[in-house]
Amino acid sequence: MSRQEFNKTKYAHNFYDDFKPVYSVPRGLSAKVVDTISSIKTEPTWLKKIRQQALKIFQQKKMPSWGGDLSGLNFDNIQYYIKPTERQASNWQQVPLVIKKAFTKLGVPQAEANFLAGLGAQYESEVVYSNLKEEWQRQGVLFCDLSSAIKLYPELVKKYLGSLVPIADNKFSALNSAVWSGGIFVYVPQNVKVTIPLQAYFRLNAKNMGQFERTLIIAEKGSQVSYVEGCTAPKYAVDSLHAAVVEIFAKPYSRIRYTTIQNWSNNVYNLVTKRALAEEGAVVEWIDGNFGSKLTMKYPAIILKGKGAKGDMLSLAVASKGQHQDAGAKMIHLAHDTSSRIISKSVSVLGGRVSFRGLVKVAKGAKNTKTKSQCDALLLDDKSRADTYPTLQADEPTAQVEHEASVFKIQQDQLFYLQSRGLSEEEATSMIVNGFIEPIARELPMEYALELNRLIKLEMTGSIG
Amino acid sequence: MDYLLKIKNLQVGVDHAAIIDIADLVIKRGEIHALMGPNASGKSTLAQVIAGHPSYIIKRGDIYFLGKKINNWTPEARAKAGIFLAWQYPQSIPGLAVRDFLRTIYNNLLTSREKNILSLVEFDKLLVKHAAKLDLPDKLFSRSVNEGFSGGEKKKLEILQMLLLKPKLAIIDEIDSGLDIDALKNIAKVIRQQKNMGILLITHYQRILKYLKPVKVYVAIKGRIIKEGKRNLVGQIEKSGYKSLN
Repeated sequence: MSRQEFNKTKYAHNFYDDFKPVYSVPRGLSAKVVDTISSIKTEPTWLKKIRQQALKIFQQKKMPSWGGDLSGLNFDNIQYYIKPTERQASNWQQVPLVIKKAFTKLGVPQAEANFLAGLGAQYESEVVYSNLKEEWQRQGVLFCDLSSAIKLYPELVKKYLGSLVPIADNKFSALNSAVWSGGIFVYVPQNVKVTIPLQAYFRLNAKNMGQFERTLIIAEKGSQVSYVEGCTAPKYAVDSLHAAVVEIFAKPYSRIRYTTIQNWSNNVYNLVTKRALAEEGAVVEWIDGNFGSKLTMKYPAIILKGKGAKGDMLSLAVASKGQHQDAGAKMIHLAHDTSSRIISKSVSVLGGRVSFRGLVKVAKGAKNTKTKSQCDALLLDDKSRADTYPTLQADEPTAQVEHEASVFKIQQDQLFYLQSRGLSEEEATSMIVNGFIEPIARELPMEYALELNRLIKLEMTGSIG
Repeated sequence: MDYLLKIKNLQVGVDHAAIIDIADLVIKRGEIHALMGPNASGKSTLAQVIAGHPSYIIKRGDIYFLGKKINNWTPEARAKAGIFLAWQYPQSIPGLAVRDFLRTIYNNLLTSREKNILSLVEFDKLLVKHAAKLDLPDKLFSRSVNEGFSGGEKKKLEILQMLLLKPKLAIIDEIDSGLDIDALKNIAKVIRQQKNMGILLITHYQRILKYLKPVKVYVAIKGRIIKEGKRNLVGQIEKSGYKSLN
């Protein structure tokens, strides 16, 4: 059920569910809160210990002084865990009606039926639904929430969890390691090719809530998988926090495509750490779309560890009124014959701000590496802002490095050209913007590409904000 | 009413300077009028003013289209009413595929006229039919609008839009630049076939006027029409240049 007061704007995902969770911890962060989360989940001792250790590291680490303005973020005012339902469902009939309605509004079950191999849906702190189509179950593909994976496949999870994004990587990875809940576990056995996408959908509903999911994807040798995730939250006057961690392991000659479209209302601090490791001959394709949020700080990285590994990162950031997207991409070349490409597109409108931070690193001895970055910013008005901070550290003389950065503005004659064909100024602007992001939109499943165009239209008219 | 376009005592400026001053210009259905003149004589400016470019301010006088004063109409309202401008320098729109662009503007006009829009398949048939007249290859449709197009491809795409949108009045600005002689002849033929369309043909050179017969020829210099006459004026310009008229 959506409440009238939250429906004033046209933000399509701005509906609030009047929903009572089965359990929630009080506001604020303490050793007790962390222990409670772990106990509710009946976690093994090793994990309990990790959580407490992570909490200490979080408390010791200073807030980052670079990037965006984090001064409004009050850790004491956040609720760190909300358990929405007693147990997880594997068919939509078992999901409580209110939650089911919310996901139906977001088009999630329809998408599952139409074009997905499997779906996980998280609401607040827990995955309330997960299902993998039988065809893939039979081939040994594992797809469930990460907490269940710890119980079902403890050795597998233990081996990988936190090995790519260590607890102490940064303040927010430490926070996530202390209070994480939910998130998806994907395991694809050797040579299995999952030919249609797996999807996870994360919905943050309560206000002042923190969502801290953790995702772990492992693709064994010669396997293939495409994983898509989407996130939304309703709009509140008070701030919420999303601090996720994603770890992706691409074993030799595997191929992983990771697609994420995040659409947060602009009271959410979105501070996430995402990383992929590509072994010999592996290919990691990363498509990262960022909409909304008060502040996003997100710099997904691909570490090209094995020879001939390939990384491809397409990143899109759209910042409208009151939003700051401090986003970027990192490519770390550790082996020879590795190649990478970063294409970053950003749109700033109605005073929104985008900062792109790129890091390309080529280690000494990583011979014959190739890397190319292209960073295009589109400014739709004079109030908006786009900055680029590219960093290149090439310690290997044979590396071929290319970097291009451009800032675009829509030319009056471009608008007039389209208007002289009968389109309004708004329609013309939207066509030019859609053209600008086309290199990224064309890589998305059709449903997502359409959603992308719709989201951009909303941001441009200031409906969100 | 018996005319499409009527311009009366029009003075147009940018900031404080008057750049165009036109006393009288009337175009009827099915007529071709040629506006000639050297570079920077205000020909293209007039074309953009008629199409509604927001940078130009009408200081005095009026533009009428089908009996209605359109001085304050938006460019899109003018396009929907049936005014079309074939640009001298068509704009490129990176990432916008020609096919999507054409289908959008076509269906947008149909919608504004309360007609049913065409499906992808129906539109494609229409597109292929018109493109064939201009010798435009199908592979052009998946490219971005005007991006990396040759001069000739740009001009053909302008005329293709004209064929699709079927305007009542087409202002065709320097269509002959960038076209080889065969393409020019062909485009002239396509323009001739538009029997009911009023056409204002803007050209620096007389080359295209071998193939299109205007009922009236104007010569503009520094924003003013200094001479108007019949087709024989073209011959005079060819022989003695614009300076002889001054």
